Amino acid sequence: MHEWLTITLPISGVSINPLLLVLLGIAVGVLGGFFGMGGAWMVTPALNIFGFPMPFAVGTDLCHMAGKSIISTRRHAKFGNVDAKLGLAMLAFDVVGIECGARLVMYLERLGLAGPVIRWVYVIFLFLIGLLVFYDFFKKRSLEKSAAANGSVPGGSAVRWHETLHKIKIPPIVRFNVAQVECSLWLPAGVGFLVGFLAGLLGIGGGLLMMPALVYMIGCPTYVAVGTDLFTVMLAGFYGAFTYGMKGRIELLAVIIMLLGAAPGAQVGTIATKYIRGYGIRLMFGCTVFFAMISVILKQLQMNTAASWVVMTAVSAMTLVVIVGMIKGAARELRARRALR
Amino acid sequence: MKRKFPAIRALACTAVLFLLPLGALASGEKEGKLVHVADTRHLSGFNLYIADLYNTNRLLFTLECIAITALMGLFLGLLMDWIVGAIGLDLSKHEGQE
Repeated sequence: MHEWLTITLPISGVSINPLLLVLLGIAVGVLGGFFGMGGAWMVTPALNIFGFPMPFAVGTDLCHMAGKSIISTRRHAKFGNVDAKLGLAMLAFDVVGIECGARLVMYLERLGLAGPVIRWVYVIFLFLIGLLVFYDFFKKRSLEKSAAANGSVPGGSAVRWHETLHKIKIPPIVRFNVAQVECSLWLPAGVGFLVGFLAGLLGIGGGLLMMPALVYMIGCPTYVAVGTDLFTVMLAGFYGAFTYGMKGRIELLAVIIMLLGAAPGAQVGTIATKYIRGYGIRLMFGCTVFFAMISVILKQLQMNTAASWVVMTAVSAMTLVVIVGMIKGAARELRARRALR
Repeated sequence: MKRKFPAIRALACTAVLFLLPLGALASGEKEGKLVHVADTRHLSGFNLYIADLYNTNRLLFTLECIAITALMGLFLGLLMDWIVGAIGLDLSKHEGQE
């Protein structure tokens, strides 16, 4: 790499080509805005490959995640996809869950079981989430086919666990207007706690778990799940930035450079949700979850370089698909407008 | 009320004050990994300011990180809205289907 393309970051002392940070920002901005997640599973290994020590990779990622999520959350809020009331109800119990999960990790660490148990639990959960998303997708397709044969139109999700969960009528019963959900407050609270507990146990941001939880357990439309998830990711990102900042593990210059890439990326990812069907987002999310699972399995097998390359390849491929989807949709919209004039 | 065994209490408190940090150091990572100092010798301008702040006032450094991140997020979001709006895309509604 040419020296004139390399900068030395002032705090960690890492020498890096800023273009790499901009490209990483674009990729995580696109996928974060599209799927509604922070993307810690993508950014942390990438920064680590670029030479950041792991604590700096995590802290820098969390701080950048907060800024990037502001951009995506603003856009989703304007589209009417953010249910702040639902997000706050879940976040309050999410924090308690994270603390309980973290304490279980400490306990497992004392038993000497933390590493392998956590990684395999993570693999199992990613596998189950991926399986659920694919099952839902293919069931929906078969329902649509049979409905088309009958001349009717099927509505909503194919997997309808939320209907059973909504039968729990423990007061207070709350209406979440944006998500169009009326349920006991204890449902989002319980789901928030569960997601937080798993996030604390597995050491991840939680967006990967929150999005399917909002869809399948709360009953949110996919777009509202994405927007609401980003809202909680934004708040969690600021908390993470504070705690890692106090520990001195944020490289601010890297955050600023990554945000320059994440800004257009987040805009593209968020606008792409306008043109790609909810079930298309779910299918791509399922693929992403499986790639994340493969990378964790490779890490468990001590194949760290291969794991990081799986993540980078998956991120590049998904980013490309979303960008192409956005450009096609935007071109269609512009053509339709010109035809109306 | 007169306290019993003042000398023993004072000794115990002193021991705790000395032993707690020692225990923490013994059980944790090596000091070199826990304490990080930014090398400011070859820095100038914004980098020097941030690195100095990092070394001298961690709370202010953290607050500035958060403030800069939030302001950049807002500013870049507005800028991108303007650019995408100028292209001619309708950003006021979302007609996506499940």
